[in-house]
Amino acid sequence: MIAFSLRQSWVIGLFVLFVALFVITRFIQPSYGARDFASLTQAALPYAFAVAAQTVVVLAGGIDLSIAAMMAVTSVTAALLMKDQSAASALYAVPLVIAFGFALGALNGILITISRVPDIVVTLAMMFVLQGLALLILPSPGGGAADWLKAMVVGSLSVPGLPEGISAWIPHALLLVVIAVCLVWIPLKRSQLGLSIYAIGSSELAAFRSGVPVARTRILAYGIGGIFAALGGLTLTMSTGIGAPIPGPYLLASVAAVVLGGVALTGGRGGLVGPIVAVFVLRLVRTDLTLLSVDPNVTTIIEGVIMVTVVMFGALLAMRARST
Amino acid sequence: MPMTTSPLLEANGLVKTYGAVRALRNASLSLLPGEVHALMGANGAGKSTMVKILTGALRPTTGRIAIRGVEQKVRSPADARRAGLVSVYQEPSLIPDLDVLSNLRLTRTPVDAFRHWVHELGVPDLDLGEMARDVPLAILRVLDLARALAIEPDVLLLDEMTAALPANLAEKVLEVVRRQTQTGRSVIFISHRFLEISALCDRATILRDGETVGVVDIGPDVEDRIVELMLGERILRKHGAAVAAEARPHAQGKTRLSVKNLRVGTKLNDVSFDLHDGEVVGVVALEGQGQDELFAALAGSIRPSAGVIEVEGEAVKFGKPRDAIDRGIAYVPGDRSDALLMHRSVRENIALPFSTGVRRWGPINMSNERTTVLRAIERLQIDTRAQGEVRRLSGGNQQKVTIARWIAADAKTILCFDPTRGIDVRTKTQIYALVRELAAQGKSVLYYTSELEEIQLVCDRAVAIFGGRVVDVLPVEIADELALTRAAYGLPRDAAAADLGILADPTRPGAAP
Amino acid sequence: MSEIADTSPQPHLGRRLRRLMADQPIIPLMVLLILLCAVLQLLSPGIINPLWVANTIKFAIPLALLAGAQTLTMLTGGLDLSVGTVGTMAAFIMATQIGHHDPATTLALSLLPAVLIGLANGVGVGIFRVHPLIMTLGTGLVGSGILQVYQRTVIASGSEIPPFIVWLGTGLTYGVPNALLLFVPIAALIIFVLRRTGFGRQVYAIGDNEKASRLSGSTYWQVILALYVASSLLAAIAGLLYVGVIRTPSLTLLEPLVLPSVAATIIGGTSIFGGRGSYATAILGALILRVLTTLLTVLQMPEGLRQGLFGLVILLVTAIYLRIIEDS
Repeated sequence: MIAFSLRQSWVIGLFVLFVALFVITRFIQPSYGARDFASLTQAALPYAFAVAAQTVVVLAGGIDLSIAAMMAVTSVTAALLMKDQSAASALYAVPLVIAFGFALGALNGILITISRVPDIVVTLAMMFVLQGLALLILPSPGGGAADWLKAMVVGSLSVPGLPEGISAWIPHALLLVVIAVCLVWIPLKRSQLGLSIYAIGSSELAAFRSGVPVARTRILAYGIGGIFAALGGLTLTMSTGIGAPIPGPYLLASVAAVVLGGVALTGGRGGLVGPIVAVFVLRLVRTDLTLLSVDPNVTTIIEGVIMVTVVMFGALLAMRARST
Repeated sequence: MPMTTSPLLEANGLVKTYGAVRALRNASLSLLPGEVHALMGANGAGKSTMVKILTGALRPTTGRIAIRGVEQKVRSPADARRAGLVSVYQEPSLIPDLDVLSNLRLTRTPVDAFRHWVHELGVPDLDLGEMARDVPLAILRVLDLARALAIEPDVLLLDEMTAALPANLAEKVLEVVRRQTQTGRSVIFISHRFLEISALCDRATILRDGETVGVVDIGPDVEDRIVELMLGERILRKHGAAVAAEARPHAQGKTRLSVKNLRVGTKLNDVSFDLHDGEVVGVVALEGQGQDELFAALAGSIRPSAGVIEVEGEAVKFGKPRDAIDRGIAYVPGDRSDALLMHRSVRENIALPFSTGVRRWGPINMSNERTTVLRAIERLQIDTRAQGEVRRLSGGNQQKVTIARWIAADAKTILCFDPTRGIDVRTKTQIYALVRELAAQGKSVLYYTSELEEIQLVCDRAVAIFGGRVVDVLPVEIADELALTRAAYGLPRDAAAADLGILADPTRPGAAP
Repeated sequence: MSEIADTSPQPHLGRRLRRLMADQPIIPLMVLLILLCAVLQLLSPGIINPLWVANTIKFAIPLALLAGAQTLTMLTGGLDLSVGTVGTMAAFIMATQIGHHDPATTLALSLLPAVLIGLANGVGVGIFRVHPLIMTLGTGLVGSGILQVYQRTVIASGSEIPPFIVWLGTGLTYGVPNALLLFVPIAALIIFVLRRTGFGRQVYAIGDNEKASRLSGSTYWQVILALYVASSLLAAIAGLLYVGVIRTPSLTLLEPLVLPSVAATIIGGTSIFGGRGSYATAILGALILRVLTTLLTVLQMPEGLRQGLFGLVILLVTAIYLRIIEDS
């Protein structure tokens, strides 16, 4: 049990950090309220899904550099499918896009398995391919999204019977993340597949000897990463109402949040909650810097420095782990 | 043991080739129900290849495996499990980052049965929520065994799993394994310890050069028979070699390197010996007895946990290989792929030490370099007809390049780790001559070899290591293959020495006196 | 079948071809370049003339310089994705500072960020052992943030591009691009350093077999640090030259050349796993890419397809070289 709480202490620490940052935010800007929190979560949404995608792949001992490009592809696909269509069209567009994301991710895994080219090269090449694909699908920002989908990420929950003062603090966007994670991650983590993902990331040899089908597990891990990337792409379309073919800054952000979230870049260690909390921490830092009227470009620099430092710190930890 | 029953597992005509190399030529194994069967062989006899094939980690080039008379395609460890064959290795295969319970779920192991076996094996309280990473290694090995026992396999394969287990746990393990057979299940047992084998096993299959050369019933005094089978006809050649060794003059130079009470983790313990100028000291050990750690510590690749290394009387601490090189100590690794730039030329490989360090980053004096490199090439008679990349040279020529590098760099001490593994006879002879020539020039050489007959051809003394300790230092005159084999297995020098009980092994760490 | 061929003194034809590819990639690359030119001439007769050749070379030079940065880092199994930002910074700082300082000071100022980013990359990769891709991507992002902040502080003072840079970037003398005056010495220096100096030997050694190089006494971080600084300096020079070609200092000046520079290096036969490759072939790779781009433009291929094609080429070429190296 002591081991358990130690393992969770990183995530708890992140929560504490988040709350502390929140208090600081209120201190800087006393009027910071539920509405601002809702827009924060909305902005954090694509990041949260990007980091979820990266986490699954990293846990399996890999890395996916094509995540941002995959989000762009799925985003424009969704925007194109729903352009000038009825509200009901989204009902088939959404599952289609998610399946597309799974296929793209699994393709990464399959290429790594059969070509024997390292994951980092394969996903780099796929990054170019997917960027090109996004431009082919939609050469310039456009397309559309069903209104009810757009509404899903804006505003807050209103539950009859629950006082507005509480429900206002539960933004739709946050709910979306929680539901998606619960639907995908919790069953996964409890399943044989989830264990196998941790196993191949932790020690491929021991996993192989324990009878884990290594190749299949790897392909599925990339596939599940693809599902999260597709959800990220969908939320991009949902919050802007259009699809943009140019990938956003999600790749490095996802790697940084994975490390900050307590996941070892060498694989096998960590969970999904930590990285997602880390995304919110990083977003809140940005908000605070903006509230302190720091030049937004300086904010970008500070953010970048934090990310690079975190990644270096993570690499240092990985090095330590290897040498012991 | 019922001899009339049909075998539980039968492997026939196993062949495994890697390109031109034959790891297995014709290996077979017949396992009867209810027996503990030892699989034995000297280093490089094909034992580990055979284990990999049986457990599905490798596919044989040809050959068949039948379990209960039904031919099985064992393509992966998962297949092997389904066929009823489970293995436990020296390195536990629990996933370090999963807790014990998750590890059980991963392999679909019933928890109650697991708990039962853990208890039987003498581990009192166990927290299933603990990460495998945090469990002490010895306990983890026992848990791995309990996990295997819990799914009640027909065949249990134990690969060196008792090595480095504390005595009390090892005792329990052997007892439990012995009881396994009462229910008609069988065990394949791989160990370097004769003591364990004679106490536990019913029969032994002996491999030599990739071939099954004999199956013996274990009884009193079977050790000599097994050693004989492992060595084969080579044992007859010992006399000629001994003469060659005696003809060598024994001029002892200054002490070049002195190792005092060296310890590396749990692998190497309290090792002391000296190496003099002009001397070749042989190191003899079975695989994984700590020799790798000894060489790595002397070469500056790993830091020892305790003890002192002295170079010419001065205590040194090596943080990286560079530090050892600066002291004139060069390491020739056993695996040539650890030493060579496979895609670069012979010349670049030999000249590599000349460009290390910022001070030597400038333009290269090409004609100087050519002269030095050519001299080394001529001296070692390296065949450079296969121009271009080193990977296209034969194994023997590759090995010469790794040594030539340090002759060109004029190293005073050369640590050779199994330099003749897998190379042709002619090159071997050349390497022996070269090593002697270096010694004659006053250089010192530490020479680990898995081919025991080399000791008398090359060395002045032989240090035998077993279980991380120096168990014997043999003068070259008596260091024939038989004596070395006995020493490497931790057996006493005199064959007629007292019959030791199974747990009286003095080399086991923590053993009762 | 192939086993029979192995034992005979004359290897199989396909095997010999593969060995040639592995040892002398310059020959098949030349053939490919000529082939592409021929196809181009066929599709659009008369397109190939001295002016077109000079123009192609002119545009290929900045790309080849960036490919130099990629070659250096890729030889140790790395990659430098910060070259776009670094080159852009150098060009932008030069254009905005030339009005206030003498040329030498301006040059020093514009190379300074390159050195700093190179050092940061070297420390991250060499000491902390961050994967080069992630490290250089990160420093590149930080760099572009700094560039944006810088742009706001100098937005009022305007920018100019010195005539010398324009002359160097776009000028022709007797039909020969002036840029070659800068490029030829640099290329010769890179080739010399890689082939004939201790540093070059260390680069190949670390890329081929880090463990072996360590056992021979190399110190990894020293080589890596020097390498990434050199890579950044090359990128800065490429930026200074390219702004002379484009003639407007934008904030994304060199970004479109980053991926092609990686592709050019890989096409040039430098292994992405390190240890094998040369700069001469990377230059050919850059030329091939330029001609290929012209070809795709003639064929009116959309931008997206072009990018996708680059990705596929990288994957395919890497996989093919992997097989060639294993087999030959």
